[in-house]
Amino acid sequence: MVLCLTAVCLVCAAVLGCVYAVTFQPIKDAAAKAQMEAIGKVLPEGVEISGEQSVEIDGTQYSYYVASADSVTVGYAVKVSAGGFGGPVELMAGVLCDGTIFNTSVLHADGETPGLGAKCTTDPAFVSQWSGFAADKKLAVTKDGGDVDAITAATITSRAYTKAVAAARSVALYLGGQCNE
Amino acid sequence: MSKLSLITKGFIKDNPTFVLVLGMCPTLATTTSAMNGLEMGLATMFVLILSNIAISLVAPVVPDKVHIPVYIVVIATFVTVLQLLMQAFVPSVYSTLGLFIPLIVVNCIVLGRAEAYANKHGVLDSALDGLGIGLGFTLSLTVIGIVREILGSGSVFGWKFLPGDGILAFVMAPGAFMVLGYLMVLFNKYLKKE
Repeated sequence: MVLCLTAVCLVCAAVLGCVYAVTFQPIKDAAAKAQMEAIGKVLPEGVEISGEQSVEIDGTQYSYYVASADSVTVGYAVKVSAGGFGGPVELMAGVLCDGTIFNTSVLHADGETPGLGAKCTTDPAFVSQWSGFAADKKLAVTKDGGDVDAITAATITSRAYTKAVAAARSVALYLGGQCNE
Repeated sequence: MSKLSLITKGFIKDNPTFVLVLGMCPTLATTTSAMNGLEMGLATMFVLILSNIAISLVAPVVPDKVHIPVYIVVIATFVTVLQLLMQAFVPSVYSTLGLFIPLIVVNCIVLGRAEAYANKHGVLDSALDGLGIGLGFTLSLTVIGIVREILGSGSVFGWKFLPGDGILAFVMAPGAFMVLGYLMVLFNKYLKKE
């Protein structure tokens, strides 16, 4: 009895170990590729993108990438996250030097309800409003007096998304001093 | 039972969702759209076929006292394998279904088929049983997903034919119960006569 259970567990662990070893690199590559694609999507075409850099603001560590054209900084892609409905919503937000959001792209929103919060990656009205979101517009959902149209029935996800973008904007503005150098 | 009827029994006679009423948690939770239902069905089928094969192989040598733990370990292994493979090769599918993949371990269809079928039948029959029940489950989930997506989002497989949001309740849990209930009635009234 004990022998049988031990044998089964051993075999299963071995199988898992093999699959883990085989998929380790592809999983890493897939994540890296998704990240590169996200950066490319949230910054203007043709800019040069720096390697990953990080900055600490108010005790929070942010990773960001600098976009430059002809060695003049035009904006930043900042990796940000905020607590959503069922876990963190992590996204890449491209912010131009003047605080305009160029675009955003979701990296992880696994905990959001399929069909509701998970629509933050697909809902056309919600997704498209980020492209060129002006610097003087308020980053809060309309329910909270801001200028962001929330996804219907997914206010919590929309708030998290908005909060993350707001964080990205403040990081970009914090770094922004370098823009005019 | 012929090999072919092993495969087709999952569609109507032993349909896991509408007749056996098993695996309700993923059925209700993942069928918010046709595509999600289809993908969840296929993921479950993958585990079902492999666990049926493995269990039909080990069943004769596993002492009765520990057979449930053994089956669970086997099933959990295949689920984790599936999870890693999805993460590596179809990350976009994994990001929509990620939350529900580990739950396949406790899907009673998988353990149910191990207990009711795979442990007393040969490898080939068990594999076909897994395929049949898996297809039935996939079909049911896709149908529920299609109905909920049409009513709740005005689209089918992401193709939008109605403007606006549709009836939101159908995307949420109450709609899942309603659609499942009505489909179950229709299914049992019209299809299960014979």
